[in-house]
Amino acid sequence: MRIVVCIKQVPDTSEVKINPETGALVREGVPSIINPFDMHAIEAALSIKEQLGSSAACSVCVLTMGPPQAESALREAVSFGVDEAALVSGREFAGGDTLATSRALSAAISKIGADIIICGKQAIDGDTAQVGPEVAEFLDIPHISYVKKISGISEAVIRAERMMDDGHDVVEAELPCLITVVRELNTPRLPSLKGKMAAKKIEIKKLGLADLGVSEEEAGFKGSPTQVKKIFTPSARTGRRMAEGSIEEQVDAIIKELVERKCL
Amino acid sequence: MDYFLSEEQLMIKDLARQIAVEKVVPVREELDEKEEFPWEIMKALAQSDLFGLFIPEEYGGLGKGAFELALAVEELSKACVGVATTYAANALGTYPLLLFGTDEQKKKYLPDIAAGKKLVAFGLTEANAGSDAGGIQTTARADGDYYVLNGTKQWITNGGEAEIYTVIAITDKTKGARGASAFVVEKGTPGFTFGKKEHKMGIRASATRELVFEDCKIPKANIIAREGMGFIVAMKTLDNSRAGVGAQGVGVAQGAIDEALKFARQRVQFGHPIISFQAIQHMLADMATETEAARALVYAAARYIDSGAKDVTRASAMAKLFATDVAMRVTTNAVQVMGGSGYMKEYPVEKMMRDAKILQIYEGTNQIQRNVIAQALIKESAAASKGK
Ligand SMILES: Cc1cc2nc3c(=O)[nH]c(=O)nc-3n(C[C@H](O)[C@H](O)[C@H](O)COP(=O)(O)OP(=O)(O)OC[C@H]3O[C@@H](n4cnc5c(N)ncnc54)[C@H](O)[C@@H]3O)c2cc1C
Ligand SMILES: Cc1cc2nc3c(=O)[nH]c(=O)nc-3n(C[C@H](O)[C@H](O)[C@H](O)COP(=O)(O)OP(=O)(O)OC[C@H]3O[C@@H](n4cnc5c(N)ncnc54)[C@H](O)[C@@H]3O)c2cc1C
Repeated sequence: MRIVVCIKQVPDTSEVKINPETGALVREGVPSIINPFDMHAIEAALSIKEQLGSSAACSVCVLTMGPPQAESALREAVSFGVDEAALVSGREFAGGDTLATSRALSAAISKIGADIIICGKQAIDGDTAQVGPEVAEFLDIPHISYVKKISGISEAVIRAERMMDDGHDVVEAELPCLITVVRELNTPRLPSLKGKMAAKKIEIKKLGLADLGVSEEEAGFKGSPTQVKKIFTPSARTGRRMAEGSIEEQVDAIIKELVERKCL
Repeated sequence: MDYFLSEEQLMIKDLARQIAVEKVVPVREELDEKEEFPWEIMKALAQSDLFGLFIPEEYGGLGKGAFELALAVEELSKACVGVATTYAANALGTYPLLLFGTDEQKKKYLPDIAAGKKLVAFGLTEANAGSDAGGIQTTARADGDYYVLNGTKQWITNGGEAEIYTVIAITDKTKGARGASAFVVEKGTPGFTFGKKEHKMGIRASATRELVFEDCKIPKANIIAREGMGFIVAMKTLDNSRAGVGAQGVGVAQGAIDEALKFARQRVQFGHPIISFQAIQHMLADMATETEAARALVYAAARYIDSGAKDVTRASAMAKLFATDVAMRVTTNAVQVMGGSGYMKEYPVEKMMRDAKILQIYEGTNQIQRNVIAQALIKESAAASKGK
């Protein structure tokens, strides 16, 4: 059994500030973290590995696409007990949208080989929640999104609970399969000493355009049909007033105002 | 102060700190209040490999020593001495096997201990044998392929929770101190039960319980070292682990200083933050200086143990004595710096002061440490004058 976990390095949004003039995220000096949902993806992979035990030889590989600094996210993943790490990196991949990102990731996964692919529900910076399902489409395999419980796993089949607004679906899919996970699934573990020591030493597999068999036109900015036109912070609404007096007086005042504004 | 820790030692310290901050601090008050055993935290420590720190790699550990163990114990103690005691007593109970066990015994027990799958406890003290360990009355009678244990051990840390117990019992009453032997006894052995669980002033998350042996039959192979070696096993065990009690003292003292400092910078009286008063400043300065001195002594003793030195009795007794007396003073003064707030359960120093007290008592009271140190001095002086 081979599990690939896709992780994204993101700015720690609890520390992020927005430049009020350009409306862009101020990324300088903001610490990078593993996308919080991806921490749950890593935990899911490690607990599947533990569950299967020594009966089925199982290895977990983390994969990320990002700048060379993203290596630190991979090493952190190894400190939790992940066996291997791969980095898709190169100038050509920069500026990619979800399509280009998913194409590159799926090519990398084909190269690495996987029975189960686990992604976070969404990245806290890009926020689209598209990459997981898109990767599955590129690989032409089934996917289960928003997984909150993995209720069964065998060599051939995975059964999971998919979170819905009004409860959950129980979905069974054949392997290979991709799942995206939500926070409710588990509690991510802390690193281990053996993991931390391994993280220092591990050789990270580097994958470039040529290794993936992706053309320059299909990668990064060039391979992205969507482009960011503008990022802005919606201006704060003004002109708010508080109604005063007793409840009755307040209601009367609001009704009067609504009638005046032709809302009623 | 920089103690020139290696990269690996820093890693160990960081990891222990992370567990202390993320897993211990949020629950310590509740564990104390409910006298609840910290199983969740033990699981986290196990998953992080910290139970294997001082166990050789060939038995599934990380092959580090007393120094690395002290680093981990110090970080945990900053957050909660009750939790740290649970963790440290595990090492105490393991030392007899580590120092004197046969390869077979080590293979059987150490891997599970290193993985944190099984907790360990050390049983020496009895109702009539505290400081005077020579007064123990628990007996182990040889009977064919077995030893039969009878007697009651009192105030045993991790009692009831641990799976593995290293126990000292008398095999030959006529031989006095040379008539004791050490054994390993597994939970669930017929005739081995647990008595009263104590309610304590401090370290209330730690379990302290009686071990009761009534015609408890254990295989002959469960003896550690040889018959008659019991007190040597016990004393060497304590020599190795006492520096760790010192590390608990350093940790809780540092934890208390951190709290007192934070408070003193915020609390305003007479129109000024109380930290601007020289009386408060001097108290904090003394607390920090004493704690740093304790840390230096504990680290030096632990490194001395790891150097393979033959006689570490005095060094570890000094580290335990000094660091735990400092811990009591510093935690008491932390309460003083914080005034009435320090006395209230809303702030952690109230618990720290209660917890610190045990460190002057267990693994040999600080009076006994002074006896031990003085005996070493006398022996050394006598040897020196003989040589002249
Ligand atoms: C400011 C900003 C503006 C953007 N504007 C657009 C836009 O207009 N159009 C558009 O299509 N995209 C846009 N993006 C998205 C950007 O291209 C994405 O960062 C990238 O494609 C991944 O999508 P996501 O962040 O939404 O990830 P999601 O789809 O939310 O991520 C889901 C999961 O996929 C995996 N994953 C995602 N990215 C990676 C990675 N690089 N490596 C490994 N695993 C990964 C992780 O498991 C993650 O939890 C924008 C991003 C930002 C930060
Ligand atoms: C919470 C807790 C956990 C413990 N855990 C363990 C454990 O895991 N395993 C274990 O075996 N034991 C354990 N003990 C026992 C502990 O080690 C003893 O309590 C300790 O050694 C002191 O013995 P005592 O309490 O009987 O005091 P006593 O020996 O009765 O001493 C009473 C007082 O007399 C003083 N005194 C005694 N003899 C002398 C002397 N010769 N010179 C000067 N002063 C003297 C002592 O210093 C003390 O002040 C634990 C105790 C406690 C309270």
